[in-house]
Amino acid sequence: MAEFALPANSKIDRNGAAYPAPSGAKQVKSFKVYRWNPDDGKNPRIDTYDIDLADCGPMILDALIKIKNEVDSTLTFRRSCREGVCGSCAMNIDGTNTLACTKYIDDVKGDVKIHPLPHMPVVKDLVPDLTTAYAQLASVEPWLKNESPAPERERLQSPQERAKLDGLWECILCFSCTTSCPSYWWNGERYLGPAVLLQAYRWIVDSRDEATGDRLDQLEDPFRLYRCHTIMNCTKTCPKGLNPAKAIAEIKKMMVARK
Amino acid sequence: MADLRSPLARVRGLGSAQDGTHHWWLQRVTAIALVPLVVWFIISMLRVAPEGQAAVRAWIASPITMTMLILFIAVGLWHAALGMQVVIEDYVHTKGWRIGLDLAVKFIAAALIVAGIVAIFKIAFGG
Repeated sequence: MAEFALPANSKIDRNGAAYPAPSGAKQVKSFKVYRWNPDDGKNPRIDTYDIDLADCGPMILDALIKIKNEVDSTLTFRRSCREGVCGSCAMNIDGTNTLACTKYIDDVKGDVKIHPLPHMPVVKDLVPDLTTAYAQLASVEPWLKNESPAPERERLQSPQERAKLDGLWECILCFSCTTSCPSYWWNGERYLGPAVLLQAYRWIVDSRDEATGDRLDQLEDPFRLYRCHTIMNCTKTCPKGLNPAKAIAEIKKMMVARK
Repeated sequence: MADLRSPLARVRGLGSAQDGTHHWWLQRVTAIALVPLVVWFIISMLRVAPEGQAAVRAWIASPITMTMLILFIAVGLWHAALGMQVVIEDYVHTKGWRIGLDLAVKFIAAALIVAGIVAIFKIAFGG
């Protein structure tokens, strides 16, 4: 039957450790951060870090790095490029999935609540286990498939054909959208989710790709594709301003068009 | 049983069902059909219902009303059954329950459609 209750070990202790700001701090802001350690056998907790914004960079990621460097080196999170192109630091900030590196601290009113991406297994603290999502990406075979003999030079594409890839190629695979989707929460082992479906569509509309029909065949499934109920959380949350819901709608239109 | 398959093998599972578009399309078609049917039903009820039972029976017995009413009941319940199937697939994760509830919804919808048609025929032809 349906599951209504969360497992006992997912209950969060709201009163974890508190780390006060240094004396003489001018502009204090509280960061309430989800913590979970797989090794100590305890439930997750929320730790509070009071940070002096007068001595901190402007982004959420700046604050997290400051905490790790100066306050609590056990805080664990992923980050790499710090400029919104790698997708590593996707997390739930102030209730919305986004990139810590492109989210301004000033944009958050009151305390800054930071959790890992929702409904994924947690490896530690803010690090989600994306194994299934990556396998789903691999399952749509996101590369050019072409059986015609390779041309002497580039495969040509008209400006209009190239324009169809705009709004798709920019995806950095941070999985903010996929982990914001209730359909993915309930059926994530079978529904591919918005990020992977946007990637699938990126190859379906690529004029140089010759496997369009095979790609649609692979998506023709009540769970892989049709769990999308146009909830639109994906489009609302995308830190790159893309529209995965539209990509999914376009796939559905192609499904009907080939009937 | 431990699942030692690779993540990709688990995601691929039994492969694509090669199905789903038909259901999705039917849901839209029945939704569009319901727009005029629901408007017709509400307007008719507002007009006929205040005139009492005899007037309503006479109204139902007319061939056009019968056609529209049967369409309204059949398309409405068909649409409802398709929608309930989606809800069940979304939220019910035990395979036995899922199939059982889906069958129950389909059987109930079919029974209600037939019962509605029988009731209309009884009023129209039963006397």
